[in-house]
Amino acid sequence: MKNFLPNITQIPVRGSFLKRKSSCPLSGENAPKIDYKDIKLLKKYLSERGKIIPSRVTSVSAKKQRELSQAVKRARFMALLPYKMD
Amino acid sequence: MSYYEHVFIARPEVAPQQVENIVEELKNIISKEGGNTFYSEYWGLRNLAYKINKSEKGHYSLLRINSNNSAIKEVERIQKLNGDILRFITVKTEEASEEPSVMLKSSEKKDVY
Repeated sequence: MKNFLPNITQIPVRGSFLKRKSSCPLSGENAPKIDYKDIKLLKKYLSERGKIIPSRVTSVSAKKQRELSQAVKRARFMALLPYKMD
Repeated sequence: MSYYEHVFIARPEVAPQQVENIVEELKNIISKEGGNTFYSEYWGLRNLAYKINKSEKGHYSLLRINSNNSAIKEVERIQKLNGDILRFITVKTEEASEEPSVMLKSSEKKDVY
């Protein structure tokens, strides 16, 4: 019966000042390098239809998002990624 | 002098040996222009994400070049004239790496999207 009730401290209160932890997955020391040849990495940031997911969803920094979109476009040009999926 | 990375797609009808010849030809052009190719790769016959000139597959090759822009201009001019080349891209890179690219490292050579 111990774990029956959810832990109240972990539930975000509406209007609280608790900020959601967000850090750019492509910035920092151990972050992967953005490369247009790295399809596996780029695909993580594409929707099912092959569109680039907005950075507000993926919490990629603005600088890295620009690099990312450049890489995706290069990969599309070289037919490594499709322009559209259906 | 700067570092460049040149990737091109050759028609699938072309034999891998011929792709090798194209690479050698490009290397000659670069050295004539005073640059050098310090690394090259062949990724094999890969599926294209979409059809290019009615081809569904293509031979991918990569060259890492250290040269000035005149050599790159000449390479791009030659590539444009070559009917066996479906597409090519030249990207300036900051450092010269002789490590294999992600394409050869990753196990998913025949990838699906």
